[in-house]
Amino acid sequence: MSSTISTTAEENNDVWGGGNKPLNASYGKLMMWFFIVSDALTFSGFLAAYGFSRFKNIDAWPIADEVFTHFPFLHGVDAPMYYVALMTFILIFSSVTMVLAVDAGHHMQKGRVAFYMLLTIVGGAVFVGSQAWEWNNFIRGEYGAVETRGGQIYQFKSLETGKRVALDEFAIDLPSHRVQHESKNGIWYLDEGSLPTFTIEEVIAGFNANPDIVIKTEKIDETGHKIVLSREESLIKINQAVNVVEGANLINNEYGNRLFADFFFFITGFHGFHVFSGVVINIIIFFNVLIGTYERRGHYEMVEKVGLYWHFVDLVWVFVFTFFYLV
Amino acid sequence: MMENNTHKLEIFRGYLKFKSNQTKIWGVLIFLSIVTVIEVALGIVKPEILIENSFLRMKLINWIFIILTIVKAYYIMWDFMHLRDELRGLQASIVITLMFLIGYLAFILLVEGNYIFDVMYEGFVSWNF
Repeated sequence: MSSTISTTAEENNDVWGGGNKPLNASYGKLMMWFFIVSDALTFSGFLAAYGFSRFKNIDAWPIADEVFTHFPFLHGVDAPMYYVALMTFILIFSSVTMVLAVDAGHHMQKGRVAFYMLLTIVGGAVFVGSQAWEWNNFIRGEYGAVETRGGQIYQFKSLETGKRVALDEFAIDLPSHRVQHESKNGIWYLDEGSLPTFTIEEVIAGFNANPDIVIKTEKIDETGHKIVLSREESLIKINQAVNVVEGANLINNEYGNRLFADFFFFITGFHGFHVFSGVVINIIIFFNVLIGTYERRGHYEMVEKVGLYWHFVDLVWVFVFTFFYLV
Repeated sequence: MMENNTHKLEIFRGYLKFKSNQTKIWGVLIFLSIVTVIEVALGIVKPEILIENSFLRMKLINWIFIILTIVKAYYIMWDFMHLRDELRGLQASIVITLMFLIGYLAFILLVEGNYIFDVMYEGFVSWNF
């Protein structure tokens, strides 16, 4: 017999009255599995679409190690992957506290269920907060880049140190009267987003004046590294740049292919929304535990069902972690 | 009411047995953590031998990542989501459905993406301007 618990105190044993449990799982649990399977297909749709776009641009896709390099309180330190790994641990740990809550529920220990539910909620909230921090860094960007008319991203690298160079380290301040166009100043239905810190002319002038800087293209060579142009090639290519890109949005991003940021926002955003709703559901169940709803009902199956959803969120993150950050 | 100690308490096909469901949970956590640490370490070190060699046109390191991910997914589903305690029929109807549909979707989209790359790469139109 399985670890499932009977749903109601007065069991209706009539087949058509719900007494017959297909696959020995209660109605609620089975429905949660239906939802999880369909939601898993939604996520695999996202990840497969990501794979499609990546295979389509296989020779020019951002390298996750070079994009996600931040860690809290370690400013300027190149820490690829550590933060996402930490987030993975946080989520796995909150999964463990959830399963401990389910286990305590099987033993009808109200206090322990509440305690572990609380830890799970805290873990989930920390994870969502971490994701917000990650988004913040991603949107803000660090170095800045320029974009060609064809939508290619050129990043800048120092020949001397071999490290990436931020735009503000070499761009020359030129007199410019270009201000952000707001709808209140002109045609009322036209406005534009905030202007980048430097104009393209300033970046190109700074680039020409600084013989140490070369262009790092978005193309990848056979060994999996980004192709860096020589100074001579860079001087020719820089003239193709038309836009300055700082950070990321849904239209362009300084990390490389435009689709990369779109998929980042959609996949981690959709997952983050799942975590957020999981936290909300967990809070509701937590209060139900506190006021003794399940104690009176005679079983804690609701905790188990919420637990299924919570573990599923963890499961999805395991895949997102692999396919977005590792592979 | 059913007994509460009906959990199956062994993992790794019986090589590792636990005394209670709680110790099993902590055991699975340790195992998942070790796997994650291996993944992250490989992702940071990137050993040359795993990057230069490939199997079925995929780098060995990516094979390792994907296999370890599936291993992690197995233990999350089997031990955290209690699928180990469910009937074979329920396990099969979840896993086979997902494996078939996701495998099919991934296969068809990746082949198509690869084809579009080839068309753009070999075509006479320049995408670099």
